[in-house]
Amino acid sequence: MLEHVWIIPALMALSFVLILAIGKRTPGKGHFIGIGFVAIAFVLSIVTGAQWISRSGEVAHSQASALRDVDPSCSARAGELAAEGGGHGTEAEAGAHGKARAVVAAEEGEEEHFSQPVVNCVHWFNSGGLEINVGTYLDGQSALMLIVVTFISLLVHVFSTDYVGGDRRYTHYFGFLSLFTASMLFFVLAENTLQMIVGWELVGVCSFALIGHWWEEKPNSDAALKAFLTNRVGDIGLLVGVIILFFAAKGSFNMMDINLAANSPEAAGGISHNLLLISSLCLLAAVMSKSGQFILHTWLPDAMAGPTPVSALIHAATMVVAGIYMVARLYPVFFNGLSIGGSSFNVLALVGSVTGLFGALLGFVQKDIKKTLAYSTVSQLGFMVAALGVGAWTAALFHLFTHAMFKACLFLGAGSLSHGNHHSFNMVDDYGGLRKVMPKTYATYMVGFLSLAGLFPLAGFWSKDEILAGTGGMNDANGSYTFVLVMLLLGAFCTAAYMTRTVWYSFFGEYRGHHHPHESGPLITIPLILLAAMGAIAGFANLPEHFWFGIDFGSLALKFEHYVEPVGAFFPGKEQGFTHAEFNGTLALVATAAGLLGIGLTAAFYTGKLPFLVGLTSRSKVARFFKRILENKYYLDWLYTDVIVNFVKYPLAKATYWFNQNAIDGVVNGAGRSAVGAGRWVYAKIDQGAVDRTVNGVGQVAGATGGELRRFQTGHVQQYAALFFAAAALLAGVIVVVVGG
Amino acid sequence: MNALLAADVPFAVPANIAFGIGAAFMVFSAIKVVTTKNVVHAALYLVLVLAGVGLNYLLLQAEFVAITQFLVYIGAIVVLFLFGIMLTRAPLGISDDLDNHKARPAGILTAIIVLTVTAGSLISSFGDDKVAFRASNSVAEISDSIFSTYLIPFEVVSVMLLAALIGAIVLARKD
Amino acid sequence: MLINQFLLLAAVLFAIGVYGVLVRRNGVLVLMSIELILNAVNINLVAFGAQHAGASGQVFALFVIAVAAAEVGVGLAIVLLIYRNRRSIDLDQLDEMKG
Repeated sequence: MLEHVWIIPALMALSFVLILAIGKRTPGKGHFIGIGFVAIAFVLSIVTGAQWISRSGEVAHSQASALRDVDPSCSARAGELAAEGGGHGTEAEAGAHGKARAVVAAEEGEEEHFSQPVVNCVHWFNSGGLEINVGTYLDGQSALMLIVVTFISLLVHVFSTDYVGGDRRYTHYFGFLSLFTASMLFFVLAENTLQMIVGWELVGVCSFALIGHWWEEKPNSDAALKAFLTNRVGDIGLLVGVIILFFAAKGSFNMMDINLAANSPEAAGGISHNLLLISSLCLLAAVMSKSGQFILHTWLPDAMAGPTPVSALIHAATMVVAGIYMVARLYPVFFNGLSIGGSSFNVLALVGSVTGLFGALLGFVQKDIKKTLAYSTVSQLGFMVAALGVGAWTAALFHLFTHAMFKACLFLGAGSLSHGNHHSFNMVDDYGGLRKVMPKTYATYMVGFLSLAGLFPLAGFWSKDEILAGTGGMNDANGSYTFVLVMLLLGAFCTAAYMTRTVWYSFFGEYRGHHHPHESGPLITIPLILLAAMGAIAGFANLPEHFWFGIDFGSLALKFEHYVEPVGAFFPGKEQGFTHAEFNGTLALVATAAGLLGIGLTAAFYTGKLPFLVGLTSRSKVARFFKRILENKYYLDWLYTDVIVNFVKYPLAKATYWFNQNAIDGVVNGAGRSAVGAGRWVYAKIDQGAVDRTVNGVGQVAGATGGELRRFQTGHVQQYAALFFAAAALLAGVIVVVVGG
Repeated sequence: MNALLAADVPFAVPANIAFGIGAAFMVFSAIKVVTTKNVVHAALYLVLVLAGVGLNYLLLQAEFVAITQFLVYIGAIVVLFLFGIMLTRAPLGISDDLDNHKARPAGILTAIIVLTVTAGSLISSFGDDKVAFRASNSVAEISDSIFSTYLIPFEVVSVMLLAALIGAIVLARKD
Repeated sequence: MLINQFLLLAAVLFAIGVYGVLVRRNGVLVLMSIELILNAVNINLVAFGAQHAGASGQVFALFVIAVAAAEVGVGLAIVLLIYRNRRSIDLDQLDEMKG
């Protein structure tokens, strides 16, 4: 399966085509096709993952043998390295790679394990001498994403059969779900940056189509446009970054080539630090837009206008993590470009930590449960980006994995809530006390909520704490990113707090709505249960080695890291300053305390135990000021729409209109007028004046000549005779002279 | 001039003298024919010219032609002219209307041109060629020539004379 | 005798005859001038005939005389007709063909 992993996205593409072609005529109106294919894709992904895991059991001893499954026609550098090595593990090799390998071996003092990615490609097209390939890059990272995407997609498919049953465009919806899954899988398996761009754009298109699924209502189509256009802003950075990397890697789009080049020092054929920095910053713009980082996050909450399963799949679990995935895939570029190892601050960490906190703050002022969850997603994505920014690569991907599970669970839970509450998402006005009426939804939502808040032993605890440990603020590994640590701790506190708010409004208190809420059917609740289960146990995939109270997890520990994290010349290692943070018990306690504090304070507030906080904003100007900022989403939307766009739009429109009326019309009218004037002048001067005069003149000349010649015709014979004789005589003379010589 | 007076033939000198006198008379008379203001005088001067022409024929040993000249031209044609003058009530005596004075310069010019061209070409062509004197051609020779070689032109001339006669009658008929 | 003296004489007569044809108004006088021309030509013919053997020159001259006679006859008949029509034979008055 590892060699044929392309089948998985191909299956989903086939599903898309089939649904569009014959879906309407099938009994399920297309949903059976979709569910069937995605189930097969899920099974194949599991098989792929299993094969990858068993493969990782064979230890590769050298860089060269690690790269033996990389097709040299895809990645030239890998081919060179593989040929260089020849399979001898301990032999010292020429060049920096050999040194690096020796260094790694010396420091770790154990049998090294190199991950062996499987890279295949086929020739796609030629453009001006440049060969563009398309292929698959299978390693732990992509295998992980295969499983995550297909699993959540499968559950969302099942959920949707109930949730959007009877919809006006049911088949179309399932078609786009399949297309999205295919695109995301295509993106995840991308072997070169061009393919990555294709996948990136495709998922953007699917997001646009699915957000605007009910486009007849203007807010929905507006939200879809907003999502697409905001992503477009970041895509400029993506294109520029990819182009820079292409030239920096000496003319290759292949990710393996780029990573190998980025990871070697410039003297050994690598990329210069400045180039890496510039391309990292460009790609960062793309990450900011796609993964909803502050300030380009504004589209994510509006994207909640789409159906809830779409929000769960795309805007919680899979599409928004495309930016994270890209950074993780091209990590050597970022790690070396932004000098992540061993420093205390960089722009990636800044963006991530700011997003983590500021996104969380916005969760406090939402009436809509989905919007709250959207801001929560923004905040958690900030966590992941911050993790990548401080050098905790595995922590970021691990958090991606766990977050996908519990956030999808929460979103689908919100969907279930709305499904039973007459399609309303307004938890403040329409929900309340629903734990008795919708027990399954309540239970699964609570599991997801506690996991998100990071409570032991649920998944969020493990992944969030790994991120916090990775900041090195208390560990002195990977540098010392104290600022990030503080921001993320505050973010964790806020996360727990506003999520408690949603729990309170939805499940506790008195019912405030006007309908009869009811529990949802099994097609909705079974996915919820499965996701809640994953949200509970997923954290055990990456148990730390040394835990509280001296518990040592031994061989159970760090399984996730073992199988997913790449090790080799294509990933930062010891000589670039890449380290792994140890589990810090104190930090874990602080984080858990922050979470519990958040829950506790909020619960106390809403149950009336903190009377001094009630009505704070009506009494305090400062509080009201801050609340207003939050309610207006930091005035970012106003900045984008009213200031920037209008500033460009009105002057541009006015200028274009002026140009059209005066310049273009002026030219056209002027051309017309000058043509008329020219015609008149030509008529008067040339036609009447010159031509007619010439014609008349010719006639006059003829007449005058005739009049003059008339004088010869006197009628007098003798005159005729005179002329005749004279002429004859002259002619005779001429003949005599000429002929006679 | 010397060539003119060269005595290569026995009667060259008298012939030249006769020619000279005759030529002078002829030219004078011809000029008078075209310039005199009296119609009848013009006809008479014409007679002198014709006589001179006959003299030249004699000098050229063409006696038959000379006789014919005198008979036909002077005897018949000039008489015709006189008849014509009479029948057309030509003004007798001096009359100023006989010349087209406007055309005189053109006429003189044309005549001079004609004369110049002709004289020039003659002098350059014939130069000092002499007329060969041989035994004179008898009338027998002429008649032999007419009735053998030039028979057809002779007949045609006869018909032509007949036609002219009839034509003149037809034209002059009073109808 | 030079042949040129006859030829030149004929040329002079010819020129004078041309002058007369062009200048004279009276039709009869024009015919007389034509006679001058014809005679000049006759002198030429006879002179050339004397130059060469044979009677051709004289025969031609005879024919010319015959034709001249016929021509004068017809010509005078025409002049008479003109006189009858217009009571005058002033050639200058015959300009109805003028353009």
